[in-house]
Amino acid sequence: MSWTWFHRLGSPPYVYRLARTLTPWFAWPAALLIVAGLYGGLVLAPPDYQQGDGFRMIYVHVPTAYLSIMIYTSMGIAAAVGLIWRMKVAHAVAASCAPIGASFTVAALATGSLFGRPMWGTYWEWDPRLTSELLLLFLYLGYMGLRSAFDDAQRADRASALLAIVGLVDVPIVHYSVIWWNSLHQAPSLLRLGRPTIYTASMLVPLLFMIFGFTLYFVAVLLMRLRGEVLRRERAASWVKEALAS
Amino acid sequence: MLRGLALDVASGQVLQVTGANGAGKTSLLRALCGLLHLEAGRITWGGRDVRADLSAFHGSLAYLGHEPPLKVDLTAGENIRYWVGLRRRVRPAEIADTLASVGVPGLADRFVRTLSAGQRRRVALAGVLLLAAPLWLLDEPTAHLDSGGQQLVGQLIEQHVRAGGLAVTAVHHEIAVSPERVRRLELARG
Amino acid sequence: MNATAAVLDTRADIPSAFDVAGLALARDLRLAFRKRDEIVQPLAFFAVVTTLFPLAITPELSRLREIAPGVLWVAALLAALLALEHLFRDDARDGTLEQYALCGRSLTWLLYAKTAAHWVLTGLPLAVLAPFAGMALGVPVRAVGGIVITLAIGTLALSLIGAISAALTLGTRRGGMLLSLLTLPLAVPILIFGAQATELAMRAQSFAAPLELLAAFAVLGVTLAPLAAAAAVRISLE
Repeated sequence: MSWTWFHRLGSPPYVYRLARTLTPWFAWPAALLIVAGLYGGLVLAPPDYQQGDGFRMIYVHVPTAYLSIMIYTSMGIAAAVGLIWRMKVAHAVAASCAPIGASFTVAALATGSLFGRPMWGTYWEWDPRLTSELLLLFLYLGYMGLRSAFDDAQRADRASALLAIVGLVDVPIVHYSVIWWNSLHQAPSLLRLGRPTIYTASMLVPLLFMIFGFTLYFVAVLLMRLRGEVLRRERAASWVKEALAS
Repeated sequence: MLRGLALDVASGQVLQVTGANGAGKTSLLRALCGLLHLEAGRITWGGRDVRADLSAFHGSLAYLGHEPPLKVDLTAGENIRYWVGLRRRVRPAEIADTLASVGVPGLADRFVRTLSAGQRRRVALAGVLLLAAPLWLLDEPTAHLDSGGQQLVGQLIEQHVRAGGLAVTAVHHEIAVSPERVRRLELARG
Repeated sequence: MNATAAVLDTRADIPSAFDVAGLALARDLRLAFRKRDEIVQPLAFFAVVTTLFPLAITPELSRLREIAPGVLWVAALLAALLALEHLFRDDARDGTLEQYALCGRSLTWLLYAKTAAHWVLTGLPLAVLAPFAGMALGVPVRAVGGIVITLAIGTLALSLIGAISAALTLGTRRGGMLLSLLTLPLAVPILIFGAQATELAMRAQSFAAPLELLAAFAVLGVTLAPLAAAAAVRISLE
């Protein structure tokens, strides 16, 4: 009976309670992994023989960049589920993902810029990764802008869901176009941002910790936002008053 | 939002939906068209759920919203040709005849921009006639029409249902049709 | 609802899919010729924008020539975006878009026709006007053919993608600005390959590679975009 859990997930009160229960299970491991990863990456791992300590930015930049795309993908999938099966909860998930994804994108841009400065001498270069992140940020902003342009919540959900799906198809195309564009013009920095010259286990393990840690962190934050989003959408319903009273 | 509706309309009948502004008459008509999604319940046409073949269902209906669907920069005749023509070929003679039968003869070559609201409504009605669809869904069909026009609408609907068609109208005041053919539905707000 | 439909004898009169598309195309073309300023405005905008660059940067043709492909493409992009606003706006307002969705024929097919009309009325004229603007920016005459082809295909791809965002923003108050913000990131691949193709054409080098990629986008757009646009239109009618 695998469909029953799927249908239960369509019920806002169920999801609300489930999210509350699950949040600590993601939040605490996330905190642990991130602390461990930071310690391992910033303190334990040896400096790269070419980039010195500069490479350590990958411990923040790479997870945030990876998550910015992963969140967009999750948002697109949630949006597709909401659009096809008309699940309000799926739309709520997509709506909750967007600001988180946008924040991670900004973080990726910021870390890329800050840590690129020692290597490039400027705060910005049209590096393919950073340019892709910038365009991804525009896609997030467009999604959020479209949502807020509608008064009718259902229209907002369905229109932005379609946009998210179209964007999802476009993201790989945009990404590879940017790489191609960058290769054409021989961008000033030949060093791909944040790649250490030689990988060692002591470098990689903290990185994996950070990636997992941030992913769990994302889920925890998503669950928290989702609860708020569900409450907001269902504020007229009776179960909300009971839930808030308890 | 509409709740708890069950209706059944048979051929030869007119369902008149009345209710105050905001009660949901337009929403009901649009839901019946298949434009609005139903969260619960279904619509059947000829015994089959319309969602099974929405295109075929659309091909059997003629919908007229609040405003007549006419482009102001085209003539009345062109409008009808580009509208009805999507469903069936219409010859200019047919268009001219139908326009005459709704009380606006000779307007086929006039730009809609130059027509009054009542004339536009009549042109739209001509289009509905030419669509030759069994199901008519008309939202406020008598708007902007004088008493002569309102009578005309009643006559057209009467003729349509006598020939075996059905009509659902959303109106403020009931349209005059033979009483034995009328079913009523009043929507209350809330 | 039960119905024994008393429909006029119409079997022989049912138009084919091509007839239907042809009608939609003819309607839009006829409408455009009655409202000619909607065709002229994007072209005028394009001309104005290209004029801004020499004014803002330098009148030296040698320097302008270097940035000419980019300028032409950005200006064409912006002009095409302007023109996208009125792809659906009037039809949505007067109820004819609704009738398209209710006519019982494929909405996707009808939107193909509408988008094609839109491209013929805005994209193609832009592609034809561009070489003149290009020459004003110092582009050599031999590049004319390349500019026309690349912009023609590029604006087609743009019309297709733009139809989706135009349909998505129907009914929002902030229409135009939001439409541009939504379409531009999606249009970046077109810009990249199109500008590169134009650049190569300008230098009399083979621009087949980027042109093929551009054409591939156009084909992808042709197959997928009207489907998405039809879905967006239905959402806007709900």
